[in-house]
This record gives sequence, structure tokens and C-alpha cells, in this order.
Amino acid sequence: MTALLTIRDLSVRFPTRFGEFTAIESLDLTVNAGELHGLVGESGAGKSTIGAAVIGLLQYPGYIASGELYLQDTNLRELDDTDFHALRGSRISMIFQDPQTSLNPLMTIADQLIGTITQHSNVSDSEARQRAIDLLNETGIIDAETRIDDYPHQFSGGMRQRVVIALALCTDPELIIADEPTTALDVSVQKQILALLRELAQTRQVGFILITHDIGVIAEITDRVTVLRHGRVMETGDTLSVLGNPQNEYTQALMAAVPRLHTRLERFVNIVTDDDDDSSSWSVEGASSDYAANWLNRDITDNKRSNTSTADTPVLSVNDLTVRFYKNRPGWFKRDPGFKALSDINFSMQRGEVLGIVGESGSGKSTLAKAIVGLVDPSSGSIHFNGEPLPPGSKRSRHHAARREIQMIFQDPFSSLNNRHTVEHILSEPVRFYQLASGSANIKKLIASILELVEMSQTALLKYPHQFSGGQRQRIAVARALIARPSFLVCDEPTSALDVSIQAQILNLLKDLQQTFDLSILFISHNLAVVRQMANSVVVLKEGELVETAETEAFFKAPKATYSQQLLAETPSLDVLDRPT
Amino acid sequence: MLRFISRRLLQSVFVMLAVSLLAFVLFRFVGDPIAQMVGQETSIEDQERLRDSMGLNDPVITQYTRFVTNLVTGEFGYSYRTRQPIGEMILDRMPATLELGAVSLLISLIVGIPAGIYTALRRDGFIANSLLIVTLIGVSVPTFVIGIFLIYVFGVQLGWLPTFGRGDVVALGWWKTGFLTLDSLRSLLLPALTLGIYQLTLTMRLVRSEMQEVLKTDYIKFATARGINKRTLHFNHALRNTLVPVVTIIGLQFGGIIAFSIVTESVYQWPGMGLLFLDSIRYVDIPVMSVYLVLIALMFVIINLIVDLLYFVIDPRVRLSSRGGSH
Amino acid sequence: MVTALKRYVLERELLYLFLNSKVAIIAAIIATLTIGSALLAPWIASTDPYDLKSFDLLDSLYAPAWTDEGDERFLLGTDDQGRDLLSAILYGTRLSLLVGVLSITFAGLLGVTTGLLAGYYGGWLDTIIMRIADVQLSLPAILTALLIDGIARGILPRESHDNLMIVVLTVAIGLSLWVNFARTARASTLVERNREYVQAAVIMGMHPIRIMFTQILPNIMGPIMVILTVDLAVAILLEATLSFLGVGVPPNQPSLGTLIRTGTEYLFSGEWWIVLFPSLMLIILIIAVNVLGDFLRDALNPRLR
Repeated sequence: MTALLTIRDLSVRFPTRFGEFTAIESLDLTVNAGELHGLVGESGAGKSTIGAAVIGLLQYPGYIASGELYLQDTNLRELDDTDFHALRGSRISMIFQDPQTSLNPLMTIADQLIGTITQHSNVSDSEARQRAIDLLNETGIIDAETRIDDYPHQFSGGMRQRVVIALALCTDPELIIADEPTTALDVSVQKQILALLRELAQTRQVGFILITHDIGVIAEITDRVTVLRHGRVMETGDTLSVLGNPQNEYTQALMAAVPRLHTRLERFVNIVTDDDDDSSSWSVEGASSDYAANWLNRDITDNKRSNTSTADTPVLSVNDLTVRFYKNRPGWFKRDPGFKALSDINFSMQRGEVLGIVGESGSGKSTLAKAIVGLVDPSSGSIHFNGEPLPPGSKRSRHHAARREIQMIFQDPFSSLNNRHTVEHILSEPVRFYQLASGSANIKKLIASILELVEMSQTALLKYPHQFSGGQRQRIAVARALIARPSFLVCDEPTSALDVSIQAQILNLLKDLQQTFDLSILFISHNLAVVRQMANSVVVLKEGELVETAETEAFFKAPKATYSQQLLAETPSLDVLDRPT
Repeated sequence: MLRFISRRLLQSVFVMLAVSLLAFVLFRFVGDPIAQMVGQETSIEDQERLRDSMGLNDPVITQYTRFVTNLVTGEFGYSYRTRQPIGEMILDRMPATLELGAVSLLISLIVGIPAGIYTALRRDGFIANSLLIVTLIGVSVPTFVIGIFLIYVFGVQLGWLPTFGRGDVVALGWWKTGFLTLDSLRSLLLPALTLGIYQLTLTMRLVRSEMQEVLKTDYIKFATARGINKRTLHFNHALRNTLVPVVTIIGLQFGGIIAFSIVTESVYQWPGMGLLFLDSIRYVDIPVMSVYLVLIALMFVIINLIVDLLYFVIDPRVRLSSRGGSH
Repeated sequence: MVTALKRYVLERELLYLFLNSKVAIIAAIIATLTIGSALLAPWIASTDPYDLKSFDLLDSLYAPAWTDEGDERFLLGTDDQGRDLLSAILYGTRLSLLVGVLSITFAGLLGVTTGLLAGYYGGWLDTIIMRIADVQLSLPAILTALLIDGIARGILPRESHDNLMIVVLTVAIGLSLWVNFARTARASTLVERNREYVQAAVIMGMHPIRIMFTQILPNIMGPIMVILTVDLAVAILLEATLSFLGVGVPPNQPSLGTLIRTGTEYLFSGEWWIVLFPSLMLIILIIAVNVLGDFLRDALNPRLR
């Protein structure tokens, strides 16, 4: 039996002004009919490039430098443009990441489906319409007969992705390339879409190439997997054996860096080396991580001394916190109840505790963070910090002590650092603003030391943020928070924009800092596995309401609320690997 | 739908009130109306009596209300310079400007849209590149220089076409049209071309960049990946999305045409509203300026309303969200 | 040394793209030459066209020097007053540039400040600023400029017109172009305002005005530079148009537009040079600025690459 797709010795190159960049290098890959084949790797691994090469839509100026691509017996590299285009849709199709943007907003679902069907087969419009309706039913659109005449914006995200799948399926292709098909969706929807793909592969014998960065997704639904790094195959084979018993060094490191839902690690064992290649020995005189550590610790002891009387009071307590957002400001005549982003939230945190806040998108976790740091004003309820009431953001004085004591680490390190300022400028801002040190030389020494503390080279202070990778930027962001000498950190999804191996490093760093400086951390994440690694206790939010508060270990062993149970069950996990086969 | 229109109408009324206030301030406070109307020899008492009889001593609010009422009922007042009723002056000249504007808008759309699509699809072809160079010159050469050039070539050197005025116009009621005689059509050609070229280049550049943006979107990539044929892809999928913003621009373009017709009319001595306005600025004929301002604003408001309604027809997102989205 | 230079260029996006675009380099050279010669007009030009004593009515309407009716003293011929056309063009370009740069600076300062405020604070301030901008945007720039020009003529005493015309033109053109800056600055500010580095500054307690000017402004300079260049061309064009229409700079200080206006009166009788050379200068200047604007726009728009 010939494989559905055979790739031999494929190399893809992109000419750039810095010379030619090899995105894919001598890659071999086979996909069989009815198989879900996972392509997994961190950013820059070349996963999407493989998909684009197979369907012949490599982004300019990329080109296939060498290799063979066969779809059954068809040599794809010998096809001319017209023949290749005819093959798209009819034999190979594709599903894109974001259902919000992959449908034409000005055409009804019917127009798009019927147009695609009649393009590839000789059927009448009414037959095509019937087939389209059947497909929508098959992909789980309820009431397909009427919904088919709707426009894309009338569907929710999950439903849109079903429409996208129906569009990819409507011409009966043999192979479908799904490029991060569930990344833009919530876990519960993700679960359903993945089940749908699984089912379609079995019933229709379609071969799927599933491109994703999420090893949990791979483990849950693929039959075979290929692990990629820098455009090369690291390891390929049966999913359970590759992920469960990796032979390749990189795969081993990668698997060690994936946070597990059912085990808590004290530290990630890190074998994947960081991409920091700056080895120059330039340094500021007297700067060292010890200097920074001493400086930070001295402050914390000061704090403790001043707060001895309140040692038992919770560091943070949130009482009946409600936040409403108004579309239109409530006027004199209209009473707009607004949208409740958070309603009646109560919890408290002890000094040195790490509290995990979990929930899906729209649960209000970020609003909670914003209310604490003062970006959003509570509509009612109160927040106490160190026993003192914390004024709402708009009334909090610009020199309120809590502005320094509470620091925030943001999700996206590409957005949280000002690209037009040097790292030195960025890090000196809090020092100067809070008047923590004086004298340029002194400040410079301090900044260099803090960089050492977050395991960055001191030369970083001369550079601009865009010269760093995501992980390095997040270290700089941590340094910026730390240099304010905070006692409390709010971390809003601090690793969700990072690759797994980088995530492991940042989580390790945060753990170390928390222990060394006895920091209290409010740790917000949609990723339950990450929260399990970090938090002492957990708060679960759903649509603005508090669902459950629990000790971390107890929560993950036996969640009480139905919603928590459901959330845990829907999270893709590596359980399958740990189960005895 | 009804709510959408009524909200837009309300906004339009608001804009018109703002503009009429501006026009009133212009009319009432820029330069002294009395000083403009009477000669040096009129006595202070006579001036004062005139002032009183014209209501210039009434409270400002009353004066403004009267100003607006007069405008609404078509009482536009008299020009300081020619002593003619402004309503008649403008009505007499409006057809010339509207016909000129309509023809050049037509030229700019009929040539500009296809050329824009062509250059967006053929990014590096010879014709596409030449067209792009032409548009660069089109936006860079001032309208009046184009006009002078055309006059020199077709009027002075070749002597083919008339270079000023409208030629023989035919009166249909009060509307004097230049579409019905060969002479007036010949007269129309150069001015319309002059006015149209700049708008044409704008249309073409806009359509091109919108189309390029649309061709880069995920839904076009997805449609390509489904093997939709190129023609359908470009002209059905992409063009529709391109035209949504283009509709707005056509609305704005009409504004541009009205504005640049001032220049064109000046070059060709075309007896339209633009020339009238220009003269009113040159001779500080304030009442004409303020009425012109109000009328132009009214025209823009009407065009913007039409554009909004067109949006309503083209874009289902606007249409359906105003009906109350069904999610 | 060479490799270091090469590396420097490669790492700087804009510089790299610039050095790889022949069109942009040529445009930059032309723009530099034109602007340079205009700025140096008092030293390059053989006569001072603003000084009535320096030219003679007897020299009027000489054709360019290479033609039969030319005079070697006047390379590009003379105008109806007997001015050396080359000198008049150099001085005229200087005046056009002066008005262009001044008005665009005015428009930029006004527009960027209001745009930053509107985008940062939102709410009623935003509504008011953007409503005004919307109303004004529906009136084309040339109409606004004409109107402001007309109002100024009405308010100012007639005898001071000539002295104040440069200021009036600057204000008229500046006020008709600020909307572009305001809209661009506001749109970019709305994006930047929600970026996390701005939130970090807000949390820190930094003063809003300081956030706007030290944090946000440097990050929105890209699109503003594009508008600045593109609208400089528009400003020069507006000045030329107003002067051509006879409501711009006073006739004793001819700008390019005024020269062209005078020239058209003589076009029919065959004196083509008075129109041709100022027009060419104007077109070359505007094309060069426009090409640079287009280059900047393409280079700074990551989506179009």
C-alpha cells in the first residue's frame, strides 16, 4: 500500500537580506489515509512551512530547494500552476488557525460552500446546496437548513471553525492540513473540534496533518507524530511511544519541560539551551546578582520590621468585589446595568503564598488583576492590601505606596516593553520614579546586577527590546518588576506567549525569586497544568463568578464544583502517556 | 433600518446646524455688513436706521434664528458686490458645476477602478508599473498645471478644443445643460479631463491598496487553498470586500471634485459655483461665501447619507447588527 | 570596517530598504538639490526678485538664453516685470517650501497633540475632537484653506494683507491639514494605549501627559512621519494652488504658484517659459516628496511587504 502523502528529503529555503535561510532541511514524512499525523515543535521549527509546501502555497520568496512530494502517485513537484491549483480543494485542503478571519465576511456560508463544491464537481446549485447542508449537519451545525444562509459574523468562534471544517471537507479531499486549528478556541470548544477531526479521519478515511505547538493536543488525538526543531525532524513515529518514551535528546528535553496536570515538579529539568549567544565579557564594575539580591532583601527586611504588628493579616483580601463595564455611560434617564465582568468575588492571600487564578476566556481573571493594580475601578466591594484598604485605580494617588509594592508581569513580552527605549532606560524608570537609588553610576550598577539576577548578560542594558527573543524579553520584564522592590507580584498569563521550553525556564525563575524574596504572587493562567506547578491554592472563575477556592493539591485530586471537574476533564493532557498500556 | 436612518439624519441636522452657525458668525461678524452696503457719504444716523431695520441690533440668538429660517426658506440675501439675490446667482451657476463634476467623477471611476484592480493583481508587469508611474505624476502635478498644459496643447497649439466657457448651452427650465450640443460637449471635455485626472489617480491608488490588503487576508488564502478559480477569487471574493471602503471614498471624492472644480473653473473660466466662490473670496463678498459654505455642506451631508445607505446594502455586518444581532 | 558598515545597514530596516530602492535614493537626491538650492537662493541667484531696484521693466519677457530672442544674462528668460526667471524660481521655491514646512509643522503639532489626547483619554474629549475632525474632513483641504483665507481677508485690514499673507497662508493650510495628523495619532494611540508597556507606566503612577509624550509618542512616530512627508507635498501643492488662484502670497513676493499665474496670461501670446519652468520646478519638488512619502509608507507598513 502506498502512503497517502510521501515527502522525501524536502528542503525549503527563504532568501533574506542576511543570506539564505533554510526553513526545512532534508525532511522525510509519510501520512496514511485515515491517519491523524501530528507535527509538533516550538516556534521556528518550520511546522507551518511544511503544510504550505505540501499545498503549494509557500509564502514568497520561499521555495522548495530539493526533495520529492508525492500525493498517492502524483508527483506534486511536476505539476504546473494550473494543475496544482485544480488539485487544491479537490485532493488537498486546509484549515487555518483563526476562524474569525478565515471566512469571507461579505458572503453567506451558502455562497462559500456552494461556490467551492461547484468549482470541483459538475453538480447543480441545488444539489450542491443539499450537499452543503449535509456537511454542516455532519460537522455539528444545528439547524443547518436555515443557518446556511447566515453570514460568518452570525456564528460563534467554535461554530465558525465547524463551518471552516465543512468548507475544507466539501470537496472530499484526501488530505487536510490543519494549521493550529484549535489554538484560538477555548478548551471546551477545542475538545469538541478535536473529537470532530478524529471522527472525520475515521469515517471518511481522510489523512490529516495536524500542526500544533500544543503537545497535549498531539497526545490526545494523533496516531503518529513528528517532532521538529529548526526545520529538522528530531523524532517520528507512533504518538504514544514517541512522547511516552522519547529517544531523541531534544524530545526528551521538550517532554520534561511540559507541565503535567497530574504531577507537581519542584523545578523543571532544563536541557534545552536558551538562545542567548551573547558571550561578551563587558560588565559594569561591581555589578553582580549577589549585589542585587542583597539590595532586594534589605528592603524586604525593612518591610517586615515595619509590618510586624500585621504579620498575621492577609497580604491581600478581596471582599465582594464587583466590576461592571458599561457600553454607554449610564445617563440621567437610562439605567444601564452594564456588563458584569466580576461579581461578588471574595478571597484572601497570605504573605508568601502563590495563588493561582484559573478560568476560560471571559471569566474575568484579567479584570481581577486590573482591579488590583488599579487599571480598572471596582463598581462595588473592596480590596485590602496589608490590611489597609486599597483605593480604586482612579482615586489611588500616583505616589501611593502600593504602586511600588504591587508589581505586574504581563502576558506578552513583545508588548510589555517599550520598543523605543533601551533596556537600561526601561529598568531605570522604576528606580528613578520610586526614588530607590540615586546617582547614575549607582543606578547603572543596580540595573546590571538585576539583569544578572534574572540570568541575563549585562550587555543587555545597552540594547533595545527588539534585539531579544520572547523568553529574554520576559526576563527583562521580570527584572523591571523586581527592581521596584515589590512584595507582591501580579502575573497575568506570564508564559502563555512563550514556547514550552522557555516557559519552563521562566517558571523556574519565578519560583526561585518567590522563594528567595518571600514574594506573594497572584498567578493568573488559563493553563491548569502550569498553575499546578506554581500555586499553593487555586481560585476558579467562570463568567465573572467565583466557582471554587481550594488548596492546589486537593483541587487537582478532587475538584468539588462541577465546572472545575469539567474544566479538568477537557484540558488536553499527557495522561495517556502515563497510563499503563 | 429605520432607526439607523433616523440616527444618521439627526447627525446630519446637527452638522448642518454647526455649519450654519459658522456661516452666521462669518456673515455677521466678519467685516461690518453695513459698511459694505453703504457708501462713505451715508450719515451715521442713516446707517443706524439701516442697522435697525435689518435687525442687526436684535439679540444674537434672534438674528441666528432668522438667519437659519431664511436659509431654510430659500431667502439667501444679496451679494455685496453685484447686489443680486444670491439664490439666483447660485441657481444660475449650479448646473455648470454639477455637470462638470458628474462627468469627471464618471471618468475617474470608469478608468480608476479597473486600473486599480489591474495593478493590484499584476504587481510587477510592465503595464502595471507604467500605470503606477502615471498615478505618481497624477497626484504630484497640480490640477491647474494639468489644465494649463491641456489648454496649451489642445487649445493653443492644435486648436482642436475650446479653452474657456461652456459653449452653447440649452436651457431646460432654469437648468442650463451642456450635454445637448456638440459645442458645449466639446467645451466640457478639457475641464472634465483636468478635474478627472487627479480623482482618477486617487481612485486607482485606493482600489489598488485595498485590493492588495484583501488579497493578503486569511479568507482569500483559505479560498485559494480550496482551489477556487482565480477569476472567481479575484472578482467575486476579493472585489466585493475591496469595494466596501471604496464606496466611502467615492463619497469623499465627490467632495474633492467640488473643491477642485474651483481651480478648474478658474483655469477654464467655467461659469460655475466655484468661480463665484473664488470671486467672493477675492472681493470679500461675505454673504456669498457663507451661503456657498452652507450649500456645499448640505451637498456633503446628502452624499454621506447616500454612502451610509450604500454601506447598508453592501455590508451584511452593518445591515444585520442594526437589526439587532442574532448570535 | 566595510563588514561592520554592512552589518550596520543590514540591521537597520529603513536604511537597508532605502539603500535598496533606486527610486527613493534618486528622489532623495532631487529633493536635497531642490531644497538646498532654494535655501541658498540669496547666494546662488544672480538678482533679488523681491528688490524692485534689482530689475528693470525694459528687460521684460526675454526668452531663455539658448533661444534666438534670449539674453545671456537671463538663463531661463525673464517675466513680465523684467525679473530674472531663474532667480524668481529659486526665491519662489524657497517661499513655497517655507510656507509648506511652517504649515505642516503647525498642522503636525496641533494634530498630534489633539490626537494623543483624544486617543489616550477617550470619552467626551475624544468625541468632541473627532466630531470636529469629521466635519472638517468632509470639506476637502483646499476648500478649508480657501475659506480660512477668505475669512482672514475679511477680518484683517486691507493694508496689512500683504505683510500678513504668509502667516495667513500658514494658518489656513495648517488648519486644513491637522485632521490627518489627529486621526493617525489617535488611531495609533488607541492601539498603543492598550499595549502592556503603557499599562505598566499607568500602574507605576506616571503622569498621563508624561506617558503620552515619553512612552506613546516615540512609538507612533512611524505613521506620523509618513503623514508628515505625504502632507508636505499636499501643503506645497495647496500653497501653489492658492497663489495661482490669486489669494495666496502677495504678487511682490512671487512664489511658484504666482509665477505660473502670471505666466498663463502670456501663454497665448507665445511666452511659454514663464509657465513652463516654475511648473517643472513645482512638479519635480512634489514628485520627489511624494516618492519619499510612498517609500516611507511602504517601508513602515509591515503588511504590504
